[in-house]
Amino acid sequence: MALIRLFKAALFFGLVLTALSAAAGGIEVREFDDPLLAQRYHDLTASMRCPLCENQAIGDSDAPISADMRERVYRMLQEGRADSEIINHMVERFGDYILYNPRLESRTYLLWGLPVGLGVVGCLVVVLVVRARRNASAKALSAEERARLDALIDRRPS
Amino acid sequence: MNRRLLLLLLPLGFLIVALFFYQRLQHDPSARDSALMARAFPAFEATTLRDESHHIDQRLLEGELTLVNVWGEWCPACKQEMPQLLELADHGIRMVGVNYRDTREKGKSFLDEYGDPFEVNIFDPEGDLGFDLGVYGAPETFLVDAEGIIRYHHKGYISPEDVTQRILPEVAKWR
Amino acid sequence: MLVKMIPELGHFALIIALPMAVVQTLMPLAGAATRRPLWMAYGHPMAVGQFLFIALAYLCLTASYALDDFSVANVANNSNSMLPWYYKLSAVWGNHEGSVLLWSLMLAGWGYAASRFSKSLPRDMLARVQGIMGFISVGFLLFILLTSNPFTRLLPNVPQDGADLNPLLQDIGLIVHPPMLYMGYVGFSVVFAFAIAALLGGRLDAAWTRWARPWTNLAWAFLTVGIALGSWWAYYELGWGGWWFWDPVENASLLPWLTGTALIHSLAVTEKRGSFKSWTVLLAIFTFSLSLMGTFLVRSGVLTSVHAFANDPSRGLFILVLLAITVTLSLGVFALRAPRVSHHASFSWLSRDALLLINNILLVIMTVTILLGTLYPLILDSLGLGKISVGPPYFNALFVPLTVIMCIFMGLGPVARWKRMASGELVGKLWLAGGAALALGVVLPLLYRGEWNLWASLGIVTALWIVLPLVRDVFDKTRHGATRLGGLGKLSLAYWGMVLGHLGIAVTIVGVAVVSNYAVERTVRMAPGASVDVAGYEFTLQELVSRRGANFLADTAVLEVAHTDSGRRFTLRPEKRFYLATGMPMTQVALRPGLFRDLYVAMGEDLDDGSWAMRIQYKPFVRWLWLGGLLMALGGVLAVIDKRYRRTPKASRTAPQEVTS
Repeated sequence: MALIRLFKAALFFGLVLTALSAAAGGIEVREFDDPLLAQRYHDLTASMRCPLCENQAIGDSDAPISADMRERVYRMLQEGRADSEIINHMVERFGDYILYNPRLESRTYLLWGLPVGLGVVGCLVVVLVVRARRNASAKALSAEERARLDALIDRRPS
Repeated sequence: MNRRLLLLLLPLGFLIVALFFYQRLQHDPSARDSALMARAFPAFEATTLRDESHHIDQRLLEGELTLVNVWGEWCPACKQEMPQLLELADHGIRMVGVNYRDTREKGKSFLDEYGDPFEVNIFDPEGDLGFDLGVYGAPETFLVDAEGIIRYHHKGYISPEDVTQRILPEVAKWR
Repeated sequence: MLVKMIPELGHFALIIALPMAVVQTLMPLAGAATRRPLWMAYGHPMAVGQFLFIALAYLCLTASYALDDFSVANVANNSNSMLPWYYKLSAVWGNHEGSVLLWSLMLAGWGYAASRFSKSLPRDMLARVQGIMGFISVGFLLFILLTSNPFTRLLPNVPQDGADLNPLLQDIGLIVHPPMLYMGYVGFSVVFAFAIAALLGGRLDAAWTRWARPWTNLAWAFLTVGIALGSWWAYYELGWGGWWFWDPVENASLLPWLTGTALIHSLAVTEKRGSFKSWTVLLAIFTFSLSLMGTFLVRSGVLTSVHAFANDPSRGLFILVLLAITVTLSLGVFALRAPRVSHHASFSWLSRDALLLINNILLVIMTVTILLGTLYPLILDSLGLGKISVGPPYFNALFVPLTVIMCIFMGLGPVARWKRMASGELVGKLWLAGGAALALGVVLPLLYRGEWNLWASLGIVTALWIVLPLVRDVFDKTRHGATRLGGLGKLSLAYWGMVLGHLGIAVTIVGVAVVSNYAVERTVRMAPGASVDVAGYEFTLQELVSRRGANFLADTAVLEVAHTDSGRRFTLRPEKRFYLATGMPMTQVALRPGLFRDLYVAMGEDLDDGSWAMRIQYKPFVRWLWLGGLLMALGGVLAVIDKRYRRTPKASRTAPQEVTS
């Protein structure tokens, strides 16, 4: 499972970090006056994908570009920008690719809609199957169990 | 019989999935276009690599089709693609470099050693212009038309084949 | 002389195994179709021979590693003479070729075991099972021999020494994780073979499910352990304390786990009640197909550019063809042979049957959702609609509510009766458990941290809602025994397996809920002598030491940690390593594990003024994640060793058993 992740990490370390040294693993000391700001920083850097690495959030990534992006997020938060502004700022430069949480738009309707649709279909299937089986139960009773039932009734002392 | 036909949709459906996978096998999953495609080259203010008193901005890229190459002394692939860049310059294409996350000393000595196809190099030590260009690893190359609009983006190393098969046709298209 | 020929010997053994697998496919299947016992009798010897020869090949590769035979390309690329012996042995499967060989070995092993322990099966059924196992084996042997030969030599220029095993792979987690995972993937081939054999033989009664259940449980248990190990490994090795990333590679292993879980439950319904027959067969096909598809997705480079594994496009194509043939054929057989009218065992709204139906539907929705999220970026890209990413926010947004809904029904399932039950009885059994779960779920987080958190509460209510009805059920079931302890012993192992499986889910849910909501993470600047307080622990940086390891240089931080309340003290030593051979820097985290909390320290960068950035994390209940996984797997194993499944089934037993409790 994680084997590939590891190979990716390996390649990434080998090729990139030897070429350009940068902060490792997003471990940087960031000072925030407001704990809410720290939380927003954490959430933003966790929900943006590093454009260089295989599949890592910029908050987890060692890549130089991730360090730049974290720095930019930090700066914009300090300037009092809204989350949506920061996200747009990044998407303008690096594309929708960096959003781990894809926006709801025409091309992602199916992505968000299909699970909901499946839920509806699932409910429908449950209702239909159980109703069919309940009817089956009535028939089954009339066929075979009726005989046993009759036998039981016959045996009862009158 | 209807039910059997319906059930046969299952293997058929999977065959479609398999065809989709087959099509995906031909793709490089990491290839993707720059977000700046068909948009104006980002505004910037900087100095040139060789002259720190020479201030330049995005107007540098107006008026003529330009190939903008983002490079750094620390980047091995940049050294390898330099012969191709020199060849492109020989084709009469205007070349502008972005010296990305580098020092002036290293940048200048790099050009002295490997050749300098660039009309001018934008000095970008903090990577601010690179960031606005959405650069996430040098080398990257952008083709900017005479109106300053980005028309083509090449991620990574430019091989000799790329010159003839990709870059030159794009240049011809947008010139 | 013989030693020098080991790689050729291994290669030769593989070449011999291939025709054996071919014979194992053709003869028993043809024999079963034409009712020729002699042809069918080929199955078992071929399964044995194939297993032995693949085992021999595997041993040869292992020997090449152990003897540092760098003339073998696979060894030269993935080992080094300085590597400790146990990493040499595990390096065998730390690469594409070796891991496919391990796959094949396991497949042949499962095939041999299925053949060996199924003597009580009707002869034609057994023959078909052997034939299908052989068929899958042919595919994988061809894959190895044609595209991924591990015995290729580097002659005549033999390297002096090997390129070394990736340092990240030199780790206990990576020694055990892949084999467990592969055992799970490959193990589902057995239930797949049973299902197809039942379809081919027109024997789609409840009997095949009875034979297939232990195999399914065992494969599922392996897969569960494999996934849990992978999560644990990522947690301690990758250095940022995450335990699940919704990475495509992880998703690929979760998909067959979800359908496998559905299969376990649906097999139970089919065995006990004779219903959902076609559905169960379909799930068996899906589960193994998803195992194969996961392998394809991971190794073909379709999802992400895979650098170390199959960078050769012919490999991706080969697995795709194998996948397409297997899935299309099996679904085709299903379409043609699935019974027209299934046995209509009746049940009502309030019945275990209905609850298991809901369970299956929810698991399928989860599977499709994860599959969709994993493949959606590829679909959009193929349609020219741009590149997007689907990551943790999407998966969490859908997976969490689905899991909660699932757990609501999970609480009901074990106490519900088959067929029908009165609503009054169900309420009578559950009102106390439900009330207690709600009350405790609200109060416990308050007691634990003095700070109420909706999500943590929801998690705990959910977990208790699974556990408390189970406790009540065990209590009720032992009520009539002479002594309660005696009553406990009378409950079947299969029942205990179910209890443990469900308990494991609850434990994992508690872990997820608590660690996701109460974890504390602080990144601080620390110079020697500085101290910082995180979640009731005082961390003091005593000194920074540089040391030289076997093949790396390291900066070690020596942190003295004191628990503020109890005054207990201990030392943590996170490291920043630089591997000399590869030039790779690595973060070695320092961990203080505990049942109720982990302390997790990772070193960042040198901040020039003599201080270092350190990330200190407090991870409450994180161990419960994997503990739950182990409990689930243990449940699976208990169900396997239940005597009920080893008794010779009577040949005449085709009608569903009536089970009343």
